[in-house]
Amino acid sequence: MNELVTLSQGSGGKQTHELIRKVFAERFAMDMPLTDSAILDCTCNTMAFTTDSYVVDPLFFPGGNIGKLAVCGTINDLAVSGAQPLYLSASFIIEEGFALCDLEKIAGTMADEAQKAGVKIVTGDTKVVEKGKCDKLFITTSGTGIMIDGRQHISKGTEVKPGDRLIINGSLGNHAIAVLGARNRLSFSTPVVSDCASLNRLTEKILMNCSDIRFMRDLTRGGLAGVLNELADMTRSGIIVNESSIPVDDPVRGLCEMLGFDPLYLANEGKVLIVAGPGEATKVIGILRSDDLGRESEIIGEITDDKRKTVILSTSAGGKRILDTPSGVQLPRIC
Amino acid sequence: MKFIDEYRNKNLILKLAAQIRKSVKRDYTFMEVCGGHTSAIHRFGIPSLLPECIRLISGPGCPVCVTGTGFIDKAIYYSAIPEVILTTFGDLMRVPGSATTLEKMKARGADIRIVLSSLESLAIAWDRPDKKVIFLSIGFETTAPGTAVTVKQAEKQRITNFFLLNAHKVMPPAMEAIMKDNVNIDGFICPGHVATITGPGAFSLIPEKYRTGCVITGFEPTDILMSILMLIRQVNQNSPAVEVQYSRAVTVNGNSAALKYVYEVFEPCDSVWRGLGTIPLSGLKLRSDFERYDAEKVMPVSLPEPEDNELCACGEVLRGVKTPSECPLFASVCIPGNPVGACMVSAEGACNTWYRYRMNNE
Repeated sequence: MNELVTLSQGSGGKQTHELIRKVFAERFAMDMPLTDSAILDCTCNTMAFTTDSYVVDPLFFPGGNIGKLAVCGTINDLAVSGAQPLYLSASFIIEEGFALCDLEKIAGTMADEAQKAGVKIVTGDTKVVEKGKCDKLFITTSGTGIMIDGRQHISKGTEVKPGDRLIINGSLGNHAIAVLGARNRLSFSTPVVSDCASLNRLTEKILMNCSDIRFMRDLTRGGLAGVLNELADMTRSGIIVNESSIPVDDPVRGLCEMLGFDPLYLANEGKVLIVAGPGEATKVIGILRSDDLGRESEIIGEITDDKRKTVILSTSAGGKRILDTPSGVQLPRIC
Repeated sequence: MKFIDEYRNKNLILKLAAQIRKSVKRDYTFMEVCGGHTSAIHRFGIPSLLPECIRLISGPGCPVCVTGTGFIDKAIYYSAIPEVILTTFGDLMRVPGSATTLEKMKARGADIRIVLSSLESLAIAWDRPDKKVIFLSIGFETTAPGTAVTVKQAEKQRITNFFLLNAHKVMPPAMEAIMKDNVNIDGFICPGHVATITGPGAFSLIPEKYRTGCVITGFEPTDILMSILMLIRQVNQNSPAVEVQYSRAVTVNGNSAALKYVYEVFEPCDSVWRGLGTIPLSGLKLRSDFERYDAEKVMPVSLPEPEDNELCACGEVLRGVKTPSECPLFASVCIPGNPVGACMVSAEGACNTWYRYRMNNE
């Protein structure tokens, strides 16, 4: 029979230590004995620090699981700020009765993903709550990374100027549609796989080789439309994007047509918007396309001097319209 | 993507737009009846391709928008009953009732579930025999067949805890009500999907009685531009008729299998439309054989008259008398995040669409 997580494993006693040691500490190669804080060496002047909670439903979906999301999502928040991610924390709120083998699988994915990205999970916490008090499993990860000098502007967009080019590293909407498909609420299966991936090696390659990167942001909740509107607002400039240059995979397009979603608003977990100086856009595209995570990269538009701070979509039909900030809930619990 | 990209071909679109510019001889006002058309017109930026003498106004074809506040109030009442699970299409969650919304009721603990189809509601009823599952069935000729099939399935599977709170409507009587209202309309961009069920004959009253043209239209940019061109020609030649642009989907007799289901389960009745009032024979109610699936028959409810915000112009917008930006609440108090009227809630609602794609309407 499947072993299940029990309340006593969250009581802080012997069973808790056993659970932490067996499921988490060994996989994450944490230093033993476990202490209240991880003590970290740091040689830099400036650090980046971020946190995020993950409540995706279902926990497993094509292309990943909640653990992969929790590691990649936090790494990406650091990476797109121009930081080199180093350490993560991971906290688990587990519903009583959760299958231990699923928890092990999720912890295993987290360990693999962290290792691939060159990041260490150094501290964490485990709580078990009564049945019905949380939905299976919630994870919170926090992360720190080294901020390299000269990159402080990347997350703020302070260097963005009219004429700068907008670049994305591939097709949009795959994560949202993969999760929706896995919810068993569609009466058909989809071949769509989540794009969930750690982007830090890719962003580092760009930042090491290019000198004119003005802004980066990952395209998670709110999708491309959300990020473009934030960018227009924070830089007080206009944006024009060309709909026909935005890559969207056919199965995603098809499902969006059927279900009334707009792929430009859907969540991604392995996509980044890069704003680069006009002279450097081609170089950025070249670097991106040489990497598996950027094969379908495209220049999708540019910054304009429109003071109304609007994002204009040049539609594939040849018309023009506003691409507005997302509002309301498109798809709940997507990450 | 096959069957989509052909109808979004930019060269063809620009050619059609050029032909429209060549054909215009006066001012034209066309009403797109269906919310799907309102959304497509703005999504593809169609107004930016048209000459200024063509005015497109939105009609009463967004099912969420035309559903009266009284219906929402009843849904809210049922959602508060502990043994009830309310199932609904997502858009209805945020439509304001007189005092609150279904979204707020859910936050307070009511068991309200968003479904993608009526059959999904039936599956919930099957899973939870201890509960009464009430499905909020709204929509036009396109969604009524699905609801009818679900009721027949409930009967076949002997599921006794599944009910409808029903406000299904049919489109042609609402178009006639608008014509009676003396609204200045030169032609209708008619709902393509409704016509796939009803056949084009359902709209013939409009040119015959009101000398106003109807073109049954698909939902891609070339479809819409082609229809506008066909309507311009009808006006120029003073020859109003029902024409089918969407001939790849619409047949002369419509979908007789779907219609058979609809009229086996439902019969015509008077229905309340937001902004248009009660329109005779514009709704569908369960036939007496199926009344045991009618939530209002099984669990009767009597509520005070619904209260709408007096400044909200949803009614005038739905009749094509006002554009969304002529409503005093539009984009100030009433925004997608805080909708006052139903037209701001649904992605097919005229106000919501204008707000999101407002570029050509400011």
